[in-house]
Amino acid sequence: MNAVKNSLATLATVLMAGMAVSASAQSITGAGATFPFPLYAKWADEYKKATGVAMNYQSIGSGGGIKQIQSKTVDFGASDMPLNAEALAKDGLVQFPATIGGVVPVTNMDGVQPGQLKLTGPVLADIYLGKIKTWNDKAITDLNPGVKLEGPITVVRRSDGSGTTFIFVDYLAKVSPEWKSKVGVGTAVSWPEGVGGKGNEGVAQYVQRIKGSIGYVEFAYAKKNKLDYIQMRNKDGQFVKPDDETFAAAAAGADWKSVAGMGVILTDQAGAKSWPMTGASFILMHAKQDKPQNGQQVLKFFDWALKSGQKFATELDYVPLPPATVSLIQAEWKKITDSSGKAVF
Amino acid sequence: MTGITETLPAPTAGTKPRGLASKFALQDAVFHRSTQFFAVLVLATLAGIIASLFVGSWLTLTQTGPKFFVTDVWDPVRSLFGGLAPLWGTLITATIALLIGVPVSFGIAIFLTEMCPPVLKRPLGTAVELLAAIPSIIYGMWGLFILAPILAEYQPAISSSLGNLPLIGTLFQGPPMGIGVFTAGLILSVMVIPFIASVMRDVFETTPPILKESAYGLGATTWEVMWNVVLPYTKAGVVGGIMLGLGRALGETMAVTFVIGNAYNISLKLFDPGNSIASSLANEFNEAADPNHMSALITLGLLLFFLSFVVLSLSRWMLSSLSKKEGRRT
Repeated sequence: MNAVKNSLATLATVLMAGMAVSASAQSITGAGATFPFPLYAKWADEYKKATGVAMNYQSIGSGGGIKQIQSKTVDFGASDMPLNAEALAKDGLVQFPATIGGVVPVTNMDGVQPGQLKLTGPVLADIYLGKIKTWNDKAITDLNPGVKLEGPITVVRRSDGSGTTFIFVDYLAKVSPEWKSKVGVGTAVSWPEGVGGKGNEGVAQYVQRIKGSIGYVEFAYAKKNKLDYIQMRNKDGQFVKPDDETFAAAAAGADWKSVAGMGVILTDQAGAKSWPMTGASFILMHAKQDKPQNGQQVLKFFDWALKSGQKFATELDYVPLPPATVSLIQAEWKKITDSSGKAVF
Repeated sequence: MTGITETLPAPTAGTKPRGLASKFALQDAVFHRSTQFFAVLVLATLAGIIASLFVGSWLTLTQTGPKFFVTDVWDPVRSLFGGLAPLWGTLITATIALLIGVPVSFGIAIFLTEMCPPVLKRPLGTAVELLAAIPSIIYGMWGLFILAPILAEYQPAISSSLGNLPLIGTLFQGPPMGIGVFTAGLILSVMVIPFIASVMRDVFETTPPILKESAYGLGATTWEVMWNVVLPYTKAGVVGGIMLGLGRALGETMAVTFVIGNAYNISLKLFDPGNSIASSLANEFNEAADPNHMSALITLGLLLFFLSFVVLSLSRWMLSSLSKKEGRRT
């Protein structure tokens, strides 16, 4: 009888211990933008090693991320396109940037070295509008004396809606009034010209397959696939190459407080070294947390990511947010509260 | 006697055989009901899908109305949507697929039923059917990495020769990228061949040997036997098989998305990039945050559903009318 009692007691202890473990092994979920996915996945992996808390991120696209956080099926949403003040207020959302990256125009031409070709924003817009159809157009050759350019231009762009597209067309709209009036800005637009590849990898594939093509991809993809990137002239009239330094330069001048929800779009920023097609990727969370402990876990995660996790950003060719921006973000976190109005973090 | 009835409790005595029977009856009823439930479940799912497609597309159907099906603007920024371009792309790629796939399948089926040495019959037939087992994404990747570069190389030659023909010349023009409506149609033709060929082979085999033997006896060639005896006898089945292939071609998504170029334009030039209903859905569903955009996509889905539904129903009907006819004759 005693033996039975003992074993029952042991069993109970084991069960309770098991429950305690499962309670502490929480996991947080997020969904949204594909652009920062490699970084978030890396952060999740390292964070789990460091703390044991798992973060599941589904890269379903910015639009999907916004929908999921609106319907509260995830703890946080991620979007490359910042929501404006009204949209944030309507759903009671708090928004903050988590990382910065760049979009790079790439080409495939015989006899042209990576970084050799130079373009300006208006010329790029005219190419994508279908007004410049050949590489030996005067607008291009004037910018590139001594470079042998010939043949028709094939425009490659995204077929799916994407934050990468948003950053790219936002820049084109800023430098070309015609783009702004005819096409406009969005994660998907009505393209006047070209073939569409699905995802960064689809565009990268098409550009590699088609001679004389021009496309745009996220910087990491251009680097991985060794695509020939293009130098762009920035707002200060300087030709710059895409790299961590020029992305950081674009981010450095940003006035995060100027827009509600820190929704600053970093395209066409002033500064001699600024890369003109830079963009931040944003996180969306509910200001009133139904499950405060989940909200707290999410903020703990991003606190870790924005401090200890920054080295992984650099490794993966994203730009770490400067410390001043991180403290601004943390001030924004005070808005995230439980039902009684107490800040969760 | 009385002793027995007294020792055995009355209910047990009376119900033992009846109890067994009612147990079986109950089992039967449960079995009947549950299988019925599963069968009805399929119908309910179908009805549910149609209903949800209607609900989802309501916004577009009421606001844009029939204009949706005849306009070709697709502008997510201004929230203007017309479904003509993807509809056009879907029909054109399916047509190309059938124009290439049907003659090839016909050849395969003739060879397998009439001329193939018995040793090869089985392996060849299985190989054709295995084509259907290749996942469509593999076809897409193969199309993009292998077929597109090859086509890109030969397209200028095609454009400068066939492209100058009167009337149909326009069809063979367009940028030599190897990506476009023509490539999508070509990939689709490979994908529909196993469906059409295996149905054709099966229906050709239903032709009574006596008909064929008589024709051969009269001195007909294999071609004459196929064209004048086998084909008329199996007409409905052959058309049914083609419809089955068409159904697949209309709904195919991944393989087409890879190679069609995903551009919303309507062009007679087959080397131009285009779009199909299935591939625009695959491309845009993720990021369609605007309710109008979402509704337009669901309307496209509804359109595709009806196209495939009609085509597949016709194919079933034709195949079944063939088997009825066969039943009457034998």
